[in-house]
Amino acid sequence: MNNPVSRRSILGKVSVAVVGLLVAPAAKVAKAAVQQVFVSPGAPKSYDPTKHKWRMAIDANRCIGCGLCAEACKKENHVPEGPYFRTWIERYIITKPKPGSAEARGEVLVDCRDGGMHGPPESPVPKEEVQHSFFVPKLCNLCEHSPCVQVCPVGATFDAPDGAVLIDPKYCIGCGFCIQACPYGCRFLNPLTKTAEKCTLCYHRITIGLKPACVEVCPTQARIFGDLKNPVTDDPLQQFYQNNRVQSLKPHLGTEPRVFYAGIDKEVR
Amino acid sequence: MTNEMTNIVVEVMPHFEGYVYPNEATQQPLWSILIVLYPYITGLVAGAFIMASLVRVFNVRALEPVYRLSLLTAFAFLLCAPLPLLFHLGHPERCFEVMMTPHLTSPMAIFGFVYAWYLMAVLLLELWFDYRHDFVTWSNITPGFQGMLYRLFTVGVTDITEPAVKLDHKIGHILSIVGIPSAFLLHGYVGFIFGSVKANPWWGNVLMPIIFIMSAMVSGIALCVFNYLVLSWIRRKTVDMNCIDVMGKFLFYALVLDAAIEALDWIHRLYSAEEGFRIMQYMAREKLFYTLSLGQVAFGTLVPLLLLGSLQLFRKRIPDLLRRRMYFTSGLLVLIGVLAMRWNVVIGGQLFSKSLRGLMGYKMEFAGLEGWLMGAVLLALPFVTLTIMIRLFLSEKLPSSGVPDPDAGQAI
Repeated sequence: MNNPVSRRSILGKVSVAVVGLLVAPAAKVAKAAVQQVFVSPGAPKSYDPTKHKWRMAIDANRCIGCGLCAEACKKENHVPEGPYFRTWIERYIITKPKPGSAEARGEVLVDCRDGGMHGPPESPVPKEEVQHSFFVPKLCNLCEHSPCVQVCPVGATFDAPDGAVLIDPKYCIGCGFCIQACPYGCRFLNPLTKTAEKCTLCYHRITIGLKPACVEVCPTQARIFGDLKNPVTDDPLQQFYQNNRVQSLKPHLGTEPRVFYAGIDKEVR
Repeated sequence: MTNEMTNIVVEVMPHFEGYVYPNEATQQPLWSILIVLYPYITGLVAGAFIMASLVRVFNVRALEPVYRLSLLTAFAFLLCAPLPLLFHLGHPERCFEVMMTPHLTSPMAIFGFVYAWYLMAVLLLELWFDYRHDFVTWSNITPGFQGMLYRLFTVGVTDITEPAVKLDHKIGHILSIVGIPSAFLLHGYVGFIFGSVKANPWWGNVLMPIIFIMSAMVSGIALCVFNYLVLSWIRRKTVDMNCIDVMGKFLFYALVLDAAIEALDWIHRLYSAEEGFRIMQYMAREKLFYTLSLGQVAFGTLVPLLLLGSLQLFRKRIPDLLRRRMYFTSGLLVLIGVLAMRWNVVIGGQLFSKSLRGLMGYKMEFAGLEGWLMGAVLLALPFVTLTIMIRLFLSEKLPSSGVPDPDAGQAI
């Protein structure tokens, strides 16, 4: 009778395991159903966020800085005029070191006039003094551990199961904490709606099978978009991952951005 | 005409140096004067409460003359503390969502609860148990509306027999003990709101909650010194020199601790010189000279340290009037210094780009929600509230049962 492994204890453990196994899928379904109810900004009712995993990647080698993406984004998402951008293009100019300075590099100049919407301005340094010059499109980094989601006091911003980080504008109280918490400057307070805003990967488009506006207009395929759960033949995203060694922005902060970059420099932050 | 207007707007636009992210190039920082005032006022609450607890819990009898004044100060400031936060919200009408559907990983979500706890469970109850005896007495001797108010405040509990009053004191004592960690929680949490932002190297700092708690205690004690001296002057009453000396002593020690911890923070930043240090150093030198070097360090810390330090050493040789003036000056300077410190934290953290490549400018407007005027009104509001409370609860015309005997609590 004193045997610790009694029939009753084994039966108890087995039944707990069985119940657990039965409940787990049910809980998963329930969670997905709840998420589907909540994940609704612009998505059609039939859209199931658990069946997708959206990703964007940037091949900076291909970017020509034309600014069509930033312009398309402003139009598509009705982003207000002024210093409000869901995506923008930075221009980096790294000059040659001064002769005899024994430095590897010269100055690093970064600019982004009008979010890069109308192309870059005239270069501030003559061509022959430039060591490197390149463009870096920026957007929400869709972090795995998003500080913006962590700090939202009401849970208005959330991780959708399909990889998008979204904001419910009807719920946001406009405190601005998420904007302070984003290390990449990707968020802004919309002066008209007084709520936080950022790139949603054009959620209203991707949920009906379209590409985000910026990807659609990019003439050089510098922006690569795809669904990790439903790869197509010759999937550009898979090819990007296969063909490039990638970097993410500010990795030391532990946010684990899901937007990967190829062809950027250590100066890019 | 339109072109002329546009040109003017361009000229008025703030100046940016280097590269800032396009979303950071706004005219005003996202968090401005209202968010400067919010931790300032909250800190004053916590500090004033600690001051009152010195009498109640730590049995510092010399501070009895300022016991009730400190409690009322804490209460008046606490009532006004959430206003700047509320006004700053894009959607103030949704503020209750913070309490109805809080997101528990957010440091800001807990504010509603900490605030409610502190207001309802600590301060309001402590004041009520403290004043209940007086309310009963006053309601019997005061005619008219004021008498009715006192009767209302008794909430029908009019038993002033000795066991009942003793019970009041016991509960008051317990609430005071609970209040000390609550005050630390209230303000430490405010520090955590900033300290938890790892995206911003000026804020994301493990010492931030401790710095906030220490500066809160300093500012709260300074406020009590200021209020006591001003109230005595208005009422033409003699200042209890023993009381003000003891307050000065506590202010001095708290200031030494506060200055030491803030200095430690700077030494650590200087020595580790992590990413972003250079831009922060440049920002502090160029943009925060008046508020940091002069306001916070020189006039807000060093001068009061010298004044209060010399008072500790030569107290007996300095005449009363000069001592009072030195305490008053130190108190006022500390109050301004801590306000400057809040400014440096909140505004300073938004004067450099998170790209660590540029600086933003900030010119505060006069009118408008985030202007000087609004700031002054919100800062004056707790003082107005306190004046009303002093009229009602610290009236010279009414007999006061005074400070509850701290020994009553020790019987527990």
